Amino acid sequence: MTSAGFWPPSALEVVFLLLGLVAVGSALMVVTTRQLVHAALWLVVCFGALAGCYLVLTAEFVAWVQVLIYVGAVVVLLLFGIMLTRAPIGRSDDLDSGNRVVAGVVAVATAGVLVGVVVGGFQHAYAELQPGAGSAETLGASIFRNWVLPFEALSVLLLAALIGAIVLSRTDIKGRG
Amino acid sequence: MIVSLIVVLPFAGAVLGLLLSRHPHGRDPAGNLAANKRAGLFGVVPTALSAGLTGWLVWENTPSTNVLTVIDTGGVAITVGLEVAELSVLTAMLVGVVALAVQVYSVGYMRGEIRYPSFSAFISLFTSAMLLVVFAADLMVLYVGWEIMGLCSYLLVGHWWEERANSRAAIKAFLVTRLGDVGFLFGIFVLGFAAGSFRISDVLAADIPTPTLVLATLLLLAGVAGKSAQVPLHTWLPDAMAGPTPISALIHAATMVAAGIFVVARLYVLFPQPTLDVLGVVAAIGMLGAALAAFAQNDLKRVLAYSTISQLAYMAAALAGGARDAAVFHLVTHGAFKALLFLCAGAVIHHVGSNLLHHMGGLRRAMPVTFWTMTVGYAALIGLPPASGFFSKDAVLYGLERSDSPIQLLLYGSALLTVGVTGAYATRAWLMTFFGTGKIQALPEPVPGTAHVFDGREAPATMLWPMGILAVPALLLGFTDAGEFHLAPAVTALVVALLGVAFVYVIWRGSPERDPARLLGAFRDPCEQAFYVDRLYAAVLVRPVLALARGVVRTDDEVVDGAVRGSGRATVGLSGLTRHLQNGNAQLYVTGVLAGVLLIAVGAVVLG
Amino acid sequence: MHVVYPAVVAALLFSIGVYGVLARRNTILVLMSVELMLNAVNLNLIAFDVWLRDALHSGQVLTLFVIVIAAAEVGIGLAIVLAVFRTRRAIELDRLRDLGEP
Repeated sequence: MTSAGFWPPSALEVVFLLLGLVAVGSALMVVTTRQLVHAALWLVVCFGALAGCYLVLTAEFVAWVQVLIYVGAVVVLLLFGIMLTRAPIGRSDDLDSGNRVVAGVVAVATAGVLVGVVVGGFQHAYAELQPGAGSAETLGASIFRNWVLPFEALSVLLLAALIGAIVLSRTDIKGRG
Repeated sequence: MIVSLIVVLPFAGAVLGLLLSRHPHGRDPAGNLAANKRAGLFGVVPTALSAGLTGWLVWENTPSTNVLTVIDTGGVAITVGLEVAELSVLTAMLVGVVALAVQVYSVGYMRGEIRYPSFSAFISLFTSAMLLVVFAADLMVLYVGWEIMGLCSYLLVGHWWEERANSRAAIKAFLVTRLGDVGFLFGIFVLGFAAGSFRISDVLAADIPTPTLVLATLLLLAGVAGKSAQVPLHTWLPDAMAGPTPISALIHAATMVAAGIFVVARLYVLFPQPTLDVLGVVAAIGMLGAALAAFAQNDLKRVLAYSTISQLAYMAAALAGGARDAAVFHLVTHGAFKALLFLCAGAVIHHVGSNLLHHMGGLRRAMPVTFWTMTVGYAALIGLPPASGFFSKDAVLYGLERSDSPIQLLLYGSALLTVGVTGAYATRAWLMTFFGTGKIQALPEPVPGTAHVFDGREAPATMLWPMGILAVPALLLGFTDAGEFHLAPAVTALVVALLGVAFVYVIWRGSPERDPARLLGAFRDPCEQAFYVDRLYAAVLVRPVLALARGVVRTDDEVVDGAVRGSGRATVGLSGLTRHLQNGNAQLYVTGVLAGVLLIAVGAVVLG
Repeated sequence: MHVVYPAVVAALLFSIGVYGVLARRNTILVLMSVELMLNAVNLNLIAFDVWLRDALHSGQVLTLFVIVIAAAEVGIGLAIVLAVFRTRRAIELDRLRDLGEP
């Protein structure tokens, strides 16, 4: 945790910043694009860039999980949602609500506050990167030694979500009243 | 001890009559007769006991003072106590006898009346209050009785409140006397603070500077004018005749209206010359004006009402002229004969079913007892010997003749003229009631404002007995003071009165069918309207006050209520604005929440 | 690696997610924006885990948990969106105003 100067940035930092730039840029595209399917695809780019960021930060297992679950599962799920709700494929001008200006103001203010606070709070913090700190072995050991109970609870949660989603989507199951 | 019994007995009768009369039956009409019987008992017995005890006091004739308690007010203390003085006993005797007569009389007069229990209870309450005024040892105690009398007057004038005119008359009586009572109360305050005590004996003995006295007595005079129906505040009395006749006899002829004169006589040494002069001018105007008004009235009870105003002004004139004893003497005799006249008038009205003189006539044969007793009353009113009024008027006239008042000539001249007019109006009423041809017809149901259906017979015994009993003092009371008799003024007054009588008789003899009031000619209408005083008041006071009241109501409606309603409407409008925020758009809500969180975060960063 | 870099990138991503949640009409786009915000949180967790060298690896483990919860959330959310779409034939947020004052 020894501190180093901001200039010149190390190679890792350059890589990280480039990946961050891609993530932020594609995230912006997600919220501004006029095509619904493009938004989902930009989301893939964003999640991929983030996975790269995780890799740079030595969290390799999380990066793979990110790619598998987010890019693989969640985005596919979202695409299914888009199809099932018969959303317009192609350009449509009414994807933004009338709330846009206010939303922009609030978002910019949020960014200002968060960045200000983060920069003010952590400008001297420096993390030494050690390869292998986020390997599957380490994390697996940690989860099954120290986080077993939350892990099991989480599996119950997943089960509940699964059943809930099925109940919500099936039309032939009626409520009791 | 005895004196407190005298005051408390009628009060107890009133409480019992109000609470217990209907006890077993409630409002059940079947129990009505029983309730009336019991109420009559509660009314008559305590009053009779009280009158008997007063008679015993007269016999004893020992001045005394009883103090129940002294209320420490932080300022001038109030002494709750009763005082027996010669004047008090005399007046109390009058009150007791008249009240007893009226209680007995109303048993017959109000027979079958649904609200008789409350009626007799209020009479008892009134009697108690008047006795309290008479025996009060303290100005504040006197004032309490004074106000209760006003309340009873209001309640009893409005007894037949179903008729709108009656309740209006009651309100008028209440408001006009209240106007005077304000002055009276402040007069009491001035006297009490100047003397450092409200006790009458202390106030009478106190050394108060003349300007203070003039102020205090002038204020008292306002109350006296209100209660005794003297000129500026007299208008309520003729209207108060809307009440049942026994009430007119008791309250508006014999007792309550005499209370004003009584108070002046009681506090007589306090009255400085300027106040007496004011009283004298008021009395001189009042006595002649009221007598003329009485001459032109068509309603028998209004004739007697104006006659009462006139006779009370007579007493006031005697007080103004310095003849206090003559005033008190006339107060007592007037109480007796005017009560008698009213009771007889009640019997006549009972018989005829109407108040109006031109509905009457020829009743001499149908109602012999009433005829003779009323004749005695009229004789006393006119001042014919040997009736009591002859002697008391003589005393008043003698006093006025000898008076050293600066307005002696005005008082004396006015009094003499009034004697003549009194003879005239009394004769007119007498002739139109009892002579001429009978015009009465049987009526199927009572005229509004009267209790009874005409039945063509003489009044019941319960009404005749009180008349007969009252006729005795009306006839003979004069001889108790006969030692003071003075021949010259008596002869003068008698000649003037007889002139009036003869004049009216000659006119009436000419054509018995027509009203002798026609001899007033063009002057008749102003007299009948009592010189338009009511209209003047209506124009000068009533209408502006009503307009003001309407303005206040409108202000209340539009400004005060408007402010309230406006704030309500403003709230609704503002909430309508904020209501637009609740448009169901969840994004807007979240935007608000996040903006709030941001503000809090910024605040925490900036301030923390 | 300066901690400020991942922290700033996370803050920017989070703000973009906020904008998306507030400005987008389509419910699925709103869900995507929520995913962006969750990912911003994940990035923070990873970066601080690396910086603090936590013996329990709580940052990375929690990131895994968040990913799992996010997947569940997307599943439930899409089920709700589909149910809404079935009953109302619309998934535009500003047309779903039954909460509003009449």
